Amino acid sequence: MTPAPRLLHPGAWWLWALGLATAAARTTNPLLLLLIAAVAGLVVTERRVPGPWSRSYAAFLKFGLLVIAIRVALEFVFGGNGLGTVAVELPSVPLPPWLAGLTLGGAITWDGLLAALFEGMRLAVILICVGAANSLVNPSRLLRLVPAALYEAGVAVVVCMTLAPVLITDLDRLRRARRLRGRSTRGPRAWAEMAMPAFSGALDRSVTLAASMDSRGYGRAGDQPPRVRHINTALVLGGLLGVLIGLYGLLTGGGPDSPGAGVFGWPMVIVGAALAAGGSVLAGRRVTRTRYRPDPWRAPEWLVALSGLVPAAVFIGLGADPALLGPSSPPAWPALPLLPAAAVLVAALPAVVAPRIPSSAAPRPKARAVEVAA
Amino acid sequence: MIRFTDVSVTYDGAPAPTLRGVDLDIPEGELVLVVGPTGSGKSTLLKALNGLVPHFTGGTLAGRVEVAGRDTATQPPRELADAVGYVAQDPQHGFVTDTVEDELAYTMESLAVPPDVMRRRVEETLDLLGIADLRGRPLRDLSGGEQQRVAIGAVLTAQPRILVLDEPTSALDPQGAEEVLAAIQRLVHDLGLTVVMSEHRLERVVQFADRVLLMRPDGRVADHADPAAAMHTSLLAPAVVELGRWAGWDPLPLSIRDARRRAAPLRSRLAQITPDPVEDVAAARADVPDTSAALERVSVIRSGTPVLRDVSLTVSAGDIVALMGRNGAGKSTLLSLLAGQRPADRGRVTVVGHDPVSLSGSDLVRRVGFIPQEAGDLLWAESVEQECRAADSDTGAQPGTAWGIFHDLRPEVSPGTHPGDLSEGTRLALALSVILAGDPDVLLLDEPTRGLDYCAKEQLAGLLRARAFSGRAIVLATHDVELVAQVCTRMVLLADGDVVLDTDARSGAVSSPAFAPQVAKVMAPLPLLTVSEVRDAFPQGLPAEVVV
Repeated sequence: MTPAPRLLHPGAWWLWALGLATAAARTTNPLLLLLIAAVAGLVVTERRVPGPWSRSYAAFLKFGLLVIAIRVALEFVFGGNGLGTVAVELPSVPLPPWLAGLTLGGAITWDGLLAALFEGMRLAVILICVGAANSLVNPSRLLRLVPAALYEAGVAVVVCMTLAPVLITDLDRLRRARRLRGRSTRGPRAWAEMAMPAFSGALDRSVTLAASMDSRGYGRAGDQPPRVRHINTALVLGGLLGVLIGLYGLLTGGGPDSPGAGVFGWPMVIVGAALAAGGSVLAGRRVTRTRYRPDPWRAPEWLVALSGLVPAAVFIGLGADPALLGPSSPPAWPALPLLPAAAVLVAALPAVVAPRIPSSAAPRPKARAVEVAA
Repeated sequence: MIRFTDVSVTYDGAPAPTLRGVDLDIPEGELVLVVGPTGSGKSTLLKALNGLVPHFTGGTLAGRVEVAGRDTATQPPRELADAVGYVAQDPQHGFVTDTVEDELAYTMESLAVPPDVMRRRVEETLDLLGIADLRGRPLRDLSGGEQQRVAIGAVLTAQPRILVLDEPTSALDPQGAEEVLAAIQRLVHDLGLTVVMSEHRLERVVQFADRVLLMRPDGRVADHADPAAAMHTSLLAPAVVELGRWAGWDPLPLSIRDARRRAAPLRSRLAQITPDPVEDVAAARADVPDTSAALERVSVIRSGTPVLRDVSLTVSAGDIVALMGRNGAGKSTLLSLLAGQRPADRGRVTVVGHDPVSLSGSDLVRRVGFIPQEAGDLLWAESVEQECRAADSDTGAQPGTAWGIFHDLRPEVSPGTHPGDLSEGTRLALALSVILAGDPDVLLLDEPTRGLDYCAKEQLAGLLRARAFSGRAIVLATHDVELVAQVCTRMVLLADGDVVLDTDARSGAVSSPAFAPQVAKVMAPLPLLTVSEVRDAFPQGLPAEVVV
């Protein structure tokens, strides 16, 4: 049963996406990675928000392909170690002794290429998950979740993010204008000549936005003494940094081969979270901002967030299970392990259980905004 | 409410102060209009009111600015948000959120207004500005007038005593402007707000003003408590004021109603002498009806909705066609078809015998030139000189052609100036020069007078007339009935993708008040459109008996 149309809590979508990304980070099995990307794509097609952001998924997908290409290209340059089945024999360039360990060219192996491909895919799918979150939640709604002490940094980030789609529309306009002057709209020269006006236009716009925000009271000190504010900010920032380091430890570690995971794992996450929460509570005691209609967190939010966290939990739980590794050495056709695949499929649930986008937030059929905005 | 004491503003690196020795004392509840040519410091004056100058923009402010009893020297804009509401020129670039309701709440969130009070104020503001039916809508889908009203509402929710508006209606179509001005009037009369606004389109607002501030070229500001008196010395004046100045009326009329009452004797005298029909440029060259551009039964469909339906239109050499109609009626689409920016879904588009989509490079620029709404899009070089040189080589024109055209229009601009630093009018002049270097057979302009003051508009009108006279065709999409009256030979009205009217500009302008310029409204039923036409009816000067 689908609940009444409304916009889901941004946090739910981000938890879901980060859960998928976590799962992707723990595997190099190409079939699992493709499955994760497909699940993210399915949910995006079903529940994306209207507006320029809805194209994020496609944009990040292209970016991901580029990452794969770069990763494989790097393998051709630096990967020639000759361990495994040789694919191509490239002339090897001797490097000075202080660069020991690096080789240029040499015998490029299938094993190395496949490993590079799988690693590239892993990174690409992580990016795709972030892109999916962007398609599902408008970044400015995410801003509401930023703790009060970090509010200013949060706005800066959101302004940066809004620049991207604006830049794309601007480039499109500039491309059409170039044609009007009889110039070609293709080739590196055209792009170079369009880049400057596009960037200066985007910059002008963000200055206008900043002026508007300033004149509307953004970043008011209110009656809070500056010292208290700085302490709060330091607490929250330090805490979040701790959480990040801890999560990094959890994601990369886990295996017996990585010591330090013990210190950098759960303890770091817990201490960090406590610090951040403490700072937020302190900041919240002297209110300098209020919130209009805070986003509710109800059953659909739980469902969406949990469905994303299931694959993360399963993949972390499996640890260094060989089924999660892409078979690169020796090269073989990858198998699709049943349990992880089922866990990833759970994350497709939001395509059905998440509330639909309300029609008032959907664009009107008549495209009049084009002329107004132009 | 607002007090300036010997205020001067100098931006870093500027040779002269933008504002110099300004003294003002504005009481509560007035609607103050700031009048001056582009680049005369209007925006600087407005930004000084909430401390954006100098806290945000930089530069040095000498003297003292006090608003609602607070000194802007010690209070930055964010602390003044509950006293002064500031709405910038392009409201859509100042939106922080995505939907109308969130945008209205944003200022209150920053001011830490309790949630229940917020809910109430949002409702009040929605009603006050007549935007209640827009509440859940995404901001980018709104029309210009709706966006402007939301932007005003978004600062009003903080309940400021002063509202500062930078060009609130300059970019709007007549309907949008009407909505915004009605809202502003209500705020002044019902809430007693003090409103300070600048505006190029004086004809829309001057009759509502209680006070006019005239910006002088040297950075001084003349404060006139009587708008009619201010109009005697203003560099910029709407057509009714021009008419009044010529006819020697005192006090000067500011509205159509004032002018019509004063003009009764003038009208009856004019009716007796039945002025010769003013010589029509089109009629003079009726023997060369070359077709420059044509649309044959053209339809354009965008995401399932027809934008143009079965439109046929022929533009002859020497024509200046005004394309009119609401925003969204299909004007820009029609221009982009003629410019070859998109193909027609059905029907045929030809420009001097070619399908414009198939043209490119210098083949295109020698046949059709298009100045889009954002004229700056056409410019990308580092300096005016580079821009002109690039235009010469792109169009295959003689070196120096583009610069020659530009220098005639704006002799004061040095070749090394960066195009981004030019004022709106000058940027349009440069874009025109760059396009006209190719001497295109058909010139297309989209809303060329947006953001232009009267002087720049006059210059544009002269340029268009000269081109039409040399046998080139011009099509311009515009809401500006004064420009249409001045230069156009034909008027084409689009409504919802259909051509509903295609007639010569004069009968179009006289036929309906919606398209009538100010002078036509004053002189109706006489078919006179501009002050110069009235003036030309009296070659010997104004007879004494009609001067009142």
